[in-house]
Amino acid sequence: MNPLRAKQLVIDIPDRADGQPLDFTVEPGQVWGVLGPNGAGKTTLLHILAGLRAPRKGTVQLGEHSLSELKRRQISQQLGLVFQDRQDGFPATVLETALIGRHPWLSPWQMETGEDERIARHALEKLDVAHLSDRLVNTLSGGERQRVAIATVLTQAPDTWLLDEPTNHLDLHHQVAVLQLLTEQARSGRSVFMCLHDLNLAARWCDHLLLLFPNGDACWGPAERMLVPAALERLYNQELLTVEVDGAPLFVPVKR
Amino acid sequence: MSRPLIMPLAILALASLIAMVLSVGIGSVSVSPGDVVAVLMGDGSNLQQTLVLELRLPRTLAAFATGGLLAVAGALMQVLLRNPLADPYVLGLSGGAAVGALLAMMAGLGGFIVSGSAFAGALLATLMVFGLAHGTGSWTPSRLLLTGVVVAAGWGAVITLMLAISPAQRLPGMLYWLMGDVSYARSPWPALGLLLLVCLLVVPLGRSLNVLARGPMQAAALGVSVRPLEWTIYILASLLTATAVTMAGSIGFVGLVVPHMLRLVLGNDQRLILPACALAGGTLLVLADTLARVVIAPEQLPVGVITALLGVPTFLYLLYRSR
Repeated sequence: MNPLRAKQLVIDIPDRADGQPLDFTVEPGQVWGVLGPNGAGKTTLLHILAGLRAPRKGTVQLGEHSLSELKRRQISQQLGLVFQDRQDGFPATVLETALIGRHPWLSPWQMETGEDERIARHALEKLDVAHLSDRLVNTLSGGERQRVAIATVLTQAPDTWLLDEPTNHLDLHHQVAVLQLLTEQARSGRSVFMCLHDLNLAARWCDHLLLLFPNGDACWGPAERMLVPAALERLYNQELLTVEVDGAPLFVPVKR
Repeated sequence: MSRPLIMPLAILALASLIAMVLSVGIGSVSVSPGDVVAVLMGDGSNLQQTLVLELRLPRTLAAFATGGLLAVAGALMQVLLRNPLADPYVLGLSGGAAVGALLAMMAGLGGFIVSGSAFAGALLATLMVFGLAHGTGSWTPSRLLLTGVVVAAGWGAVITLMLAISPAQRLPGMLYWLMGDVSYARSPWPALGLLLLVCLLVVPLGRSLNVLARGPMQAAALGVSVRPLEWTIYILASLLTATAVTMAGSIGFVGLVVPHMLRLVLGNDQRLILPACALAGGTLLVLADTLARVVIAPEQLPVGVITALLGVPTFLYLLYRSR
């Protein structure tokens, strides 16, 4: 697989100085978490890494090539993105929604085959939404829709997963199930790069972290080096208590 | 989505054939369906031959082509703007066409010049809306829609002004054009050819359109080159609408309602919906035109009135019944 690489990347947030340019490589097998307060540019960064927006400076590379040299179709065969919000202008069923994940792999003249449908159904089962296959997506709950969106990218089967708040709307059990699924993906040689709001989920499931500060500063590296209480307190502008549970640090906001 | 697409299309194709045979047979002199088929095979009396081949068939085909073009254009616009209220006229196309046609009529010109002038007006309106919506900023569906609606209102005012200052003897023709009237139509073949061409184009474009209906960002993430595809749809829909308006004046409602009716029944796979729109839109307009000719014969009603009177209750019923 081609590793995703940010080279001297500056994301374009209006009225913000360039700050620290991002320069990192998401290697196969790694699970990256992006942490930062609201408006720090997490979603913008994901969109830039997916080639959907232009950075202010720098480039994003997929293997040897920069994203701008590649066709959208080639990118979509290697990169999958779970959006934070999704629009469905026209009603579609859950199965139809998952099946569009096969789009990058089919030529314009091909119809979806039984094999494509099998892949989509398998993905829906993995995300525990197979029983909703024939329901219209707009009739589902927020958490169910979130799982359908993840199943769509699982159907797409990219080498690199980009996810914007994948645990949004999910109950505790499904949060863990989704993060477990992403860990499995990484173990099988793919890579995962996701924005997370929950510091503790990030501490428990990510092996690399990128901290985005609102002023454009950033730091990144192996999770255990990034999870410094002082840095996290500065990141969120929030005092934290740290305890260790089950071998992982647990951060609790200080109550005044 | 791999469900057989053939069955619904075969049923719609059969319905449109029946509608066309009926339409050709019904009129001041009736021709039985059997005789219609006989004439089409090269038999039948001279009278029947003239009646069917020279008088009624071209008009029926023109009605079919117009309805099909409008319905397909509507379905494309709805995907492009991701707005269920979009129709071929919403971007001010018919207004531009009407101003073009009425100008030619005011000048006392007729026939081919009215059609050509309408076509030019439609294309001018398209370019104007697109240029203004593009502006210096980005091109978003809501901006395009809003520009179109405002420009359409502008055309509306110009049309009213033209009607107000036109000499009285020209008014009936102008009003009829505005209400939509297939009897103006000349040769139906270019329009039918265009309709067929679009239906063939849809085969390779269809799945990309399905993905685009989920929003441009999602479509780009799944490998669709969004901007070129949007341009293609926009130009195609404008061309289809301009052709339809040029043939038959502005016939409302077909482009808005037919795609929605079909979506309520068939789902939203563009590879099925677009050819189905061509067939169902054509059928609806053939039936409406037949009614328009016979309801108060020998006088004729404008076909746009009939499409609305047939379409409104059917649509409301389907919407009421749907989930």
